[in-house]
Amino acid sequence: MASIVGYGAYVPRYRIKVEEIARIWGRDGKSVSSGLYVFEKSVPAIDEDTATISVEAARNAVRSSKIDAKKIGAIYVGSESHPYAVKPTATIVAEAIEATPELTAADYEFACKAGTAGMQNCIALVESKRITYGMAIGADVAQAAPGDALEYTAAAGGAAFIIGNEGIAEINDTISFTTDTPDFWRREGEPYPGHGERFTGAPAYFRHIVSAAKMLMEKVGMKASDYDYAVFHQPNGKFPMRVAKMLGFEKKQIEEGLLCPIIGNTYSGSTMLGLACVLDVAKPGDRILAVSYGSGAGSDAFDITVNDAIEDYERQNIRKMIENKEYVDYGTYMKLRGEFK
Amino acid sequence: MGVPRYWREIPSRYNLIGKKCGVCGKIYFPPRSICPTCRRKSAGKMEDYKLDGKGTVESFTIIRVPPPEFEGKSPYAIALIKMDEGCYLTGQIVDCNLDDIHIGMRVEACFRRIQEDGKRGAIYYGYKFRSLKS
Repeated sequence: MASIVGYGAYVPRYRIKVEEIARIWGRDGKSVSSGLYVFEKSVPAIDEDTATISVEAARNAVRSSKIDAKKIGAIYVGSESHPYAVKPTATIVAEAIEATPELTAADYEFACKAGTAGMQNCIALVESKRITYGMAIGADVAQAAPGDALEYTAAAGGAAFIIGNEGIAEINDTISFTTDTPDFWRREGEPYPGHGERFTGAPAYFRHIVSAAKMLMEKVGMKASDYDYAVFHQPNGKFPMRVAKMLGFEKKQIEEGLLCPIIGNTYSGSTMLGLACVLDVAKPGDRILAVSYGSGAGSDAFDITVNDAIEDYERQNIRKMIENKEYVDYGTYMKLRGEFK
Repeated sequence: MGVPRYWREIPSRYNLIGKKCGVCGKIYFPPRSICPTCRRKSAGKMEDYKLDGKGTVESFTIIRVPPPEFEGKSPYAIALIKMDEGCYLTGQIVDCNLDDIHIGMRVEACFRRIQEDGKRGAIYYGYKFRSLKS
């Protein structure tokens, strides 16, 4: 059975308040904020992109797990904002953690669940004994058109997970629920994504997460109350709370991994950052359910049991990293995002 | 910068790989093939040496009128940094209010986008520095 050997995260230092964005577009900031249950979001610096965020997260994971990076046999980077259309981010990460050249590497794209798709591939390669360690990264500098509803939440950040045979948490099982549901997309050459407005709710986010979670819980013989923690994809602060309630989870089970209200939606980083936050505080024996969601659409669900090795693991304290922040106004935000051509 | 040069320098630019003289032990960055002190005695004895990435600001300047490839990114700080291993690097200081930068400030290396060959060209990554929180 594959395990999480290590994890690392990275969230850029800059923040913009939802109220500041609402001010520009003549909306009531307080009502936008409470409607989304998002108060501020992370903003990448002018020289940060998915590659730099992935490298920082990957280096934190290697440092904390104390493994030899040369033993990593696969690196997958999931994102919808890779810096190149053709040229992998994963090779940049592999070189920057000195894992090259004896490994396979590739970039994944599946909206917000590309990172967890990479985790599933690493699990498969480890369990089939093809590799000793695999690294899966979910990272994004999420794009949103100025004035679009997505602008209030589209954020930047990422997390890297190292998968191996023995580690700090066993991955008991994983399943996926996938359909062709065009709720969110970005066409080739277009700078900003489009979306189906309210269509992204019931037939997309809720159907896929609920289905994947129920299928997995039934398969492993668990019910919501058996879990210590649950993490669901966080396009805003409201959706994960609502889906948790639909599945029978209580607020206390999800609040540790709920980051969207303070950093926004980090897209491919969202579920993995939430899971990393939970591992920052988890104790041996804790049971975790993590369910990602990627538009297009699909959900990957993971049933995880934390083991004794977590006690000796050098945890990163991601929430403390998030507290190190600097607020910017809308003009500076646009400059940092490279919106001035 | 050009892709071949960038590619040759990736170990140094990504991972601060310098050289250590196998005779006198002095550390050089960027890498040298011969130690200028030990000269021919050091031939074949220069070993790869990875810097820890931590150092101290020796001096700095704020760039307000940047060269064309950094247009739109000013103001930014360029610092001369004495690495803990004794060698000196120049690099940009990021994630820091420019008024907070000072001589003696402790910094650590981070991985950032350095420049790009226009909108169609390659993107060059490498080290910059950020404040080292104690």
